[in-house]
Amino acid sequence: MLAALLGFLRLSLQSLRDLAPIILVILVFQVAILQQPFPNLAETLVGLAFVALGLTLFIGGLDMGIFPLGESMAESFARKGVLFWLLVFAFALGFGTTVAEPALIAVADEAARVAADAGAIEETDAARENYAFGLRLTVALSVGFAVLLGVFRILKGWPIQWFIIGGYILVVVLTGFAPEEIVGVAYDSGGVTTSTVTVPLVTALGIGLATVLKGRNPMVDGFGLIAFASLTPIIFVLVYGMVI
Amino acid sequence: MAAADWIDTILETLLGTILDVVPIAAILVVFQVAVLRGKIPGLPRVLLGFCYMVVGLAMFLVGLETALFPLGRVMAQQLTDPAFVGNAADLAAGRLDWLDYAWVYVFGAAIGFATTVAEPSLIAVSRKAAQVSGGALSAWGLRLAVAVGVAASIALGAFRIVTGTPLAFYMMVGYAIVILQTFFAPKTIVPLAYDSGGVTTSTVTVPLVTALGLGLASTIPGRSPLLDGFGLIALASLFPMMTVMAYAQIAQRLGAGPSRPPAGRNTS
Repeated sequence: MLAALLGFLRLSLQSLRDLAPIILVILVFQVAILQQPFPNLAETLVGLAFVALGLTLFIGGLDMGIFPLGESMAESFARKGVLFWLLVFAFALGFGTTVAEPALIAVADEAARVAADAGAIEETDAARENYAFGLRLTVALSVGFAVLLGVFRILKGWPIQWFIIGGYILVVVLTGFAPEEIVGVAYDSGGVTTSTVTVPLVTALGIGLATVLKGRNPMVDGFGLIAFASLTPIIFVLVYGMVI
Repeated sequence: MAAADWIDTILETLLGTILDVVPIAAILVVFQVAVLRGKIPGLPRVLLGFCYMVVGLAMFLVGLETALFPLGRVMAQQLTDPAFVGNAADLAAGRLDWLDYAWVYVFGAAIGFATTVAEPSLIAVSRKAAQVSGGALSAWGLRLAVAVGVAASIALGAFRIVTGTPLAFYMMVGYAIVILQTFFAPKTIVPLAYDSGGVTTSTVTVPLVTALGLGLASTIPGRSPLLDGFGLIALASLFPMMTVMAYAQIAQRLGAGPSRPPAGRNTS
């Protein structure tokens, strides 16, 4: 009990250190450069306490929950040798965590407006909704495919750089052919797909696999799933913009 | 905000977070029960960990929404406001130089750095990386390297919006540098560096950076918030790859750090 309490205190101190820069930046700009008074100081302080406590709980929860679970599931998949199901699992994880991602929904709606403005689709609610939904589905499919391919790469032990460099070349080529208004959206879609819950889980899956498999090094082979998940949406969205 | 409002906001955010986690939990349960069938070691502890994570994330978001985001958004607006940058007549006449926006770049870099240091998914990955590398990599050093990358990218992204230069050009130069670095960086850092790009742009960074981009694009004549507002996130997921690889190269030059083979269990 005492040990748990001490651990919690140590994590809380770390959270305060993590938040110090953001507090400092806002303080300096508000007071020194914009020379504005602080509105609702009390509310801001309560909010900050929430941020610190929330971050502490989140990190503590990671070490107890999602990290060990992700690794133990990866281990069972590898031990049972059910390659097909592992790949299905990888796809489901990528697709399922992305399709309902709030940041993605926001970007898709914005993109639909851009497309309607540019005259790529009709200026009606139905057309925009259709376009936004299609975009979300495209990105979710691409992330599912990315995690699947990333897991397959770990199993085979292929070097990651050939995939990433190949992906970049594809992005560069597609950028030349895709309609201009989709390019910004496509590049941004890579960054919004990986949420705060997905990242630790997918990382644990990769590390877990690379740790159990013979001849794999967790540093060299375990990381990289997130990179795949941030690159393939760019490619898929550029293609989506060309097809629509 | 009154106490009732607080409770409302907290419950609403908690519900939203739970809804976010449900699909993930469903996939995990289905595969564990139907395919793997084994017992999960220490199940009660794992479940407790999930509860901590969900409650923690919800509190984190509520705090950000009440304390930091409103201030950050107002700041982004004020800093990009022509009245602050110069005078409105100059702006309308197109006489504002990119140098007039100096505070915007400084703010962009500072807020990019600060939000990245507080980004929970980056904290998670850097902890894992430190653990896997057997201590050869420091979690804090890795996070600072990523934060420097995001800082540079937001400042450059703001410059891009101010000058109206095409995003694709910046991205392609960035890709070229990343590819070049890949050949010179220590092998063990490359996958982690690639990952750090996608990890950085999440809960804390995206809303504030988007506010800055939209503020800039909507006040500068000839920029469309819809077309030019995009792109800051894209640059912010590209630059950390360069800084993380550079960090590893520097650490290697100094004779310590991630060049040492990590303490993996099966590196036979």
